[in-house]
Amino acid sequence: MNIKKILPQLLTLLVVILIFGFFSYNAQVNMENRGITFGYGFLSQESSFDVQFSLIEYDGSHSYFRAYLVGLLNTILVSVIGIIFATIIGVIVGIARLSNNYLIERSASVYVEFFRNIPLLLQIFFWYFAALRALPLPQDTEPMFGVFFLTIKGFFVPAFVWNNLDIFIYSIIAAIISIIFIRIYAKRKQENEGVQTPVLSISIGLLLILPILSFLFGGVDASVEVPVIKQLSQSGFTYEGGIKLPPELISLALALSLYTATFIAECVRAGVQGVSKGQKEAAASIGLTPNQVLKLVVMPQALRIIIPPTTNQYLNLTKNSSLAAAIAYPDLVLVFAGTALMQTGRAIEIVSITMLTYLSLSISISIFMNWYNKKIAIKEK
Amino acid sequence: MSKLNFLQPDKNNLNTYLYTGVILVAFSIFIVFLNSFFNKDIVSFLPGPISFFLPLILGFIGLHLIRIDYSGLKFLDKVNKNINTNNFNAFLSLLIVFVVIKSLPPLLSWFIIDANIAGDSKDVCTGSGACWTYIKIWFNRFMYGMYPNPEQWRINLSFIALAFLGCVGFFATEKFKKYLTLYYVVVYPIIAFFFIFFFISGGPIFFDFSYGIIAAVISIILGFFIPSKFKMYYFIIVPITLYILLKYVFFYEELIELGKLEALEWVETGAWGGLSLTFIVSFFCLIFCFPIGLFLSLGRRSDFPIIKYISIGMIEFWRGVPLITVLFMSSVMFPMFLPEDMFIDKLVRVIIAISLFEAAYVAEVIRGGLQALPRGQYDAAKSLGMGYWKMHILVILPQALKLVIPGIANTFLALVKDTPLIFVVGLLEIVGMLNLAKTNPEWLGFAMEGYVFASVLFFIICYAMSKYSYNLEQKYKTER
Repeated sequence: MNIKKILPQLLTLLVVILIFGFFSYNAQVNMENRGITFGYGFLSQESSFDVQFSLIEYDGSHSYFRAYLVGLLNTILVSVIGIIFATIIGVIVGIARLSNNYLIERSASVYVEFFRNIPLLLQIFFWYFAALRALPLPQDTEPMFGVFFLTIKGFFVPAFVWNNLDIFIYSIIAAIISIIFIRIYAKRKQENEGVQTPVLSISIGLLLILPILSFLFGGVDASVEVPVIKQLSQSGFTYEGGIKLPPELISLALALSLYTATFIAECVRAGVQGVSKGQKEAAASIGLTPNQVLKLVVMPQALRIIIPPTTNQYLNLTKNSSLAAAIAYPDLVLVFAGTALMQTGRAIEIVSITMLTYLSLSISISIFMNWYNKKIAIKEK
Repeated sequence: MSKLNFLQPDKNNLNTYLYTGVILVAFSIFIVFLNSFFNKDIVSFLPGPISFFLPLILGFIGLHLIRIDYSGLKFLDKVNKNINTNNFNAFLSLLIVFVVIKSLPPLLSWFIIDANIAGDSKDVCTGSGACWTYIKIWFNRFMYGMYPNPEQWRINLSFIALAFLGCVGFFATEKFKKYLTLYYVVVYPIIAFFFIFFFISGGPIFFDFSYGIIAAVISIILGFFIPSKFKMYYFIIVPITLYILLKYVFFYEELIELGKLEALEWVETGAWGGLSLTFIVSFFCLIFCFPIGLFLSLGRRSDFPIIKYISIGMIEFWRGVPLITVLFMSSVMFPMFLPEDMFIDKLVRVIIAISLFEAAYVAEVIRGGLQALPRGQYDAAKSLGMGYWKMHILVILPQALKLVIPGIANTFLALVKDTPLIFVVGLLEIVGMLNLAKTNPEWLGFAMEGYVFASVLFFIICYAMSKYSYNLEQKYKTER
């Protein structure tokens, strides 16, 4: 080891340690002056604040940890909704951008250019403060299909009331497991004998038949609860029954999915374009039908290009969902890094927990993606 | 004349098919046009669903009739090839045309016909359209935030001066071309920094700045008479000496007096805002995040394990957290890490936070470029006896950066689009100003106009940036 190699490293290390030491010394002094002790014990204290929208039971008498869970679940909820819609829109628009129809291609690119170049926060504000505020009051709302009510106070949809819901869920899980086995079997059969099994139709059939069987024989029973208008005061109306989706959730999910869809569309386009023409021609020349070409040759190669950046976009969407704080959707940042921080004043603990949550989420996904990329990478000799 | 088969149009009866088809398509568009622009339904005598779908059906048949391969008519072939290749495409094309025609009148009336722009109070906005008066009245605020009106020339002047200085590269003669990189990377940011922090912010520090300007001007003028051999030392020593002389020996009292006469009013950063703040924040973050990102990416590929892992930790940390929590950290957690008597301005903290955040993304983009270079480039540079820094500055980075222009442009675009987030710490750039104006009791109910206005502005800025990066990419594209 020569000195030229060790010295720069030692210096860097020294600088980093000095900075960290400086910060932690100051933090200690500051906290001493303010009479705060560092620690995570406050998580079990009673939170005494309310959250207006939560997936699990929560009120002021629960602990701060419970409030953290409420925020985390709300973040996950809006991210999952956003990811589903962004994927659907993104794939459609991405394929539309490859269309040989001039009008379709143009409209898709106008959409992409427009929504991509406007800040997400502005879009969220637009939907929340401008577009959704133009909706009618509950008492003036025309029902959509008789059961959906889109009002200024939120979107009211009918809810299912289940009997023996667990059996229904088991039937779906059973269907999914058997589909996985059938896929493995079909793949092995194709590799050994070259015979293709119609996996898709079998899977759809299973997914339909098993739940239906559970209805017929498992004692599963579902009824629909339609929201009904109810008068609160002289001019205040609301709907009761069913599920209420608050406008914050709608505008956030809408903005997130429309914004992220533009990036996913670009990923899809790049992926399909990335498959060389020769591959399609070669596949066609050995007698595969156009559908088979798409399924067996183009899609597997395109997905290899599409999936990694798309996962990145999913991650971005999840991180962007923290903008919820701007429109008071009670996500992790608003509930925990906002309200809980104001109440307890424990800036270091709370901000570090919030950051660690996001950090562990994205690091675990990126580790998974690295593994996946290695697995699907073309193994060249 | 051969037999007419309407299910399979062919070239033999071209004219018949063409005329029938074109008339049908034109008629269907005409129906929709009348319906949407003049609110007239000329087919209302038909039963409901049929009259609703009639234009679609007619247009569909028409498009089917004119779908003739190799017709010999250039225009027809072009139409068929682009919007009318098969039934499904024809259907989608018609749908898009109809949707555009349908949505034009409401948009036109909202944006232009029923909109108001005259007058200077809310009362003039009586139409059903947009109230551009609102934008007109608040325009100053949207551009400059709470910056005092009589002082706004300072922002304008700084931006004009900086834009002018930024364009120097286009007018530079061959002789100065080689210094351009140095100018843009070192000199220009420093000038910009002085302008913004001492001129826009104003206050007593500005006088210091004025000594500096005087010293620089005098030394540049004198510099013409110095032999080039000594220029290097001259430009380091003389300005500093002059500065010290000016400040402490000659004009100290006089300049203070002079300064007091026309002192620039000090404007605290809390009052800055609007679009100008968007520009200031994105400009500085852009300048700072690039070198930090460059060093991080080099560090990540370094052979020294300690430097490598520190860089990886930095990059992965900033990339893993949302910007809003970083800003939260800079506003509520960071003050805890500083000595009690030390105070860093809100704007500076925000700029540092965003720069570090975006630097991690820039680092990953540049790393992509570094990895894309073949090993041979490194080996060749080393075999010429180049050291680490020489190799990177002369051989590796010019090629790697060229490769990653689109990626860096995307990161910069993301940066510009992220600036509205500074509302978290209470700084109101244009989106924040919109939200403030929206809650003004005299101007309630104009949220839509404000957001549309800001969207258009951001769209223009970001779209121009992305087009410029595309041009840059084309310009520096080299065959590999």
